[in-house]
Amino acid sequence: MQKSFPRGERRGALLRFGAALIALAARPRLSLAQPVLNPEVGTDARMINTPEGAIRSIVKGAPMRRGRVKLELPKLAENGHSVALTVSVESPMTEQDHVRRIDLVSEKNPVPHMATFLLGARAGRAEIGTRVRLNGTQRMTAIAELSDGSFWFDTFDVTVTEAACLDGG
Amino acid sequence: MLRRGAKWAIALAFAACSASAGAQSRAIPASQLRSGETFVGADLRALQDDDLANPGMLWVDRGAELWSRAAGTSGKSCAGCHGEARQSMKGVAARYPAIDHASGELLNLENRINRCRIERQGAAALAYESEELLGLTTFIAHQSRGMIWSGKIDGAARAHFDAGREFYYRRHGQLNLACASCHEQNWGKRLGTETVSQGHSNGFPAYRMEWQTLGSLHRRLRACLFAIRAELPDYGSPTLVDLELFLAWRAQGLPIEAPAVRR
Amino acid sequence: MAVARIQLPPQAKRGEVIEVRIIVKHPMETGFRYDAYGRLTPRNVIRSLVCRYNGTVVFEGLLSSGIAANPYLRFFTRAVESGELEFSWIDDDKVTGKLSAPITVID
Repeated sequence: MQKSFPRGERRGALLRFGAALIALAARPRLSLAQPVLNPEVGTDARMINTPEGAIRSIVKGAPMRRGRVKLELPKLAENGHSVALTVSVESPMTEQDHVRRIDLVSEKNPVPHMATFLLGARAGRAEIGTRVRLNGTQRMTAIAELSDGSFWFDTFDVTVTEAACLDGG
Repeated sequence: MLRRGAKWAIALAFAACSASAGAQSRAIPASQLRSGETFVGADLRALQDDDLANPGMLWVDRGAELWSRAAGTSGKSCAGCHGEARQSMKGVAARYPAIDHASGELLNLENRINRCRIERQGAAALAYESEELLGLTTFIAHQSRGMIWSGKIDGAARAHFDAGREFYYRRHGQLNLACASCHEQNWGKRLGTETVSQGHSNGFPAYRMEWQTLGSLHRRLRACLFAIRAELPDYGSPTLVDLELFLAWRAQGLPIEAPAVRR
Repeated sequence: MAVARIQLPPQAKRGEVIEVRIIVKHPMETGFRYDAYGRLTPRNVIRSLVCRYNGTVVFEGLLSSGIAANPYLRFFTRAVESGELEFSWIDDDKVTGKLSAPITVID
């Protein structure tokens, strides 16, 4: 399934989601990685707990360009409970030019904003490896924020197969 | 190179020895034995081979810590009697389940550990699938990693082996399937998106993705029986321990992989 | 009792970029699973995992239920000086964990 992530926003839509963004911005940083189960009155929960909402909460209206980021997972994951993921960003990782953070966004998971990794020049290399849960075949997105405030992204389509026997564990 | 006549003589002699030792014929010949590791994808295979990233190793660490911890009224730890597990436990998993000479019963690792705890340490038995029992069994089984099973199926173990074998080939449950129906007659074929494995036990205790945690062989066997809608024997029951003995013999030739990573 | 494993090179040249790997024993309970009685198992995931290099934060992971159970993380850091890499984490139940590993930096 193709999903395009909008860069610009129609003004009407931006105003509509403004309340959601303000609510998000007012939250402590930690909660960005958690599902917003009880949003404040006035926020549209459907937009927060969506991939688009997650991305908007990360880039906050700034443009996002494809490139410099490389996201890799197995093309075919035989079990969605634990899938290897590597994300790397081309960057000299100096004080003047480095990756500040990398975010992972899922298309199909109940919690679209999967993780945030905070780096910095001390990292030396902007590369993260982890294992993620995937709720079925979907497109994964990785977004990197650089020290100059720009956002770059990459996507990867993963096919996730189901177990043959529903054996109840 | 041996002359053809000599090779046949040796083969016949071997067969004669095997027959006299009461060896069973194997449904899957030794040359076709394949561990569960070969039926999972490259990602999970690499995970199993990576000692840092293999989640099962976390239970080996837990077991190592418990090994040295005093337990029960005795105030003794496993290490107090058995010393360094790396030496004393090497090869143990490779010959279990085994007959306990004192009681004459067939014990698997879990039952053996609990027997020790109750009788020697004055401690309570550990529950199946508890973090402690999983830690200790994984830690002990891990000391035999890479070794081939070399336990006994003759003598006092014979009746247990036969019972396990009979269970394996008997049909069970609502779906009326025997273990052999899938794992002997149809291994290598597809069931949904998966390839049916030979169903060997050499990787257990194993970290199973479906469980998102590590579990015992008995948990896996009960899961299989659940899948065919059969009655589930209790954890640690003689039924499952007998089956465990048969499975260990059936996998003979495959190295122990504990803790393995499986789907 | 925290159980975790850390791997990093025991020694490195000054300024060298080293790979650090950690796996932490934690169920990362999603909050979407039901128990045998049909009740929702409450969410309990590691929210934050921080790596401090001689006290300075060099890496932080803000995780969610989308990270697999027994979370595994691999990242890089510059070997600036000898000392200790200390990992600390906290989950939804406010249970914390800590583990350290030494690093020797040679010139």
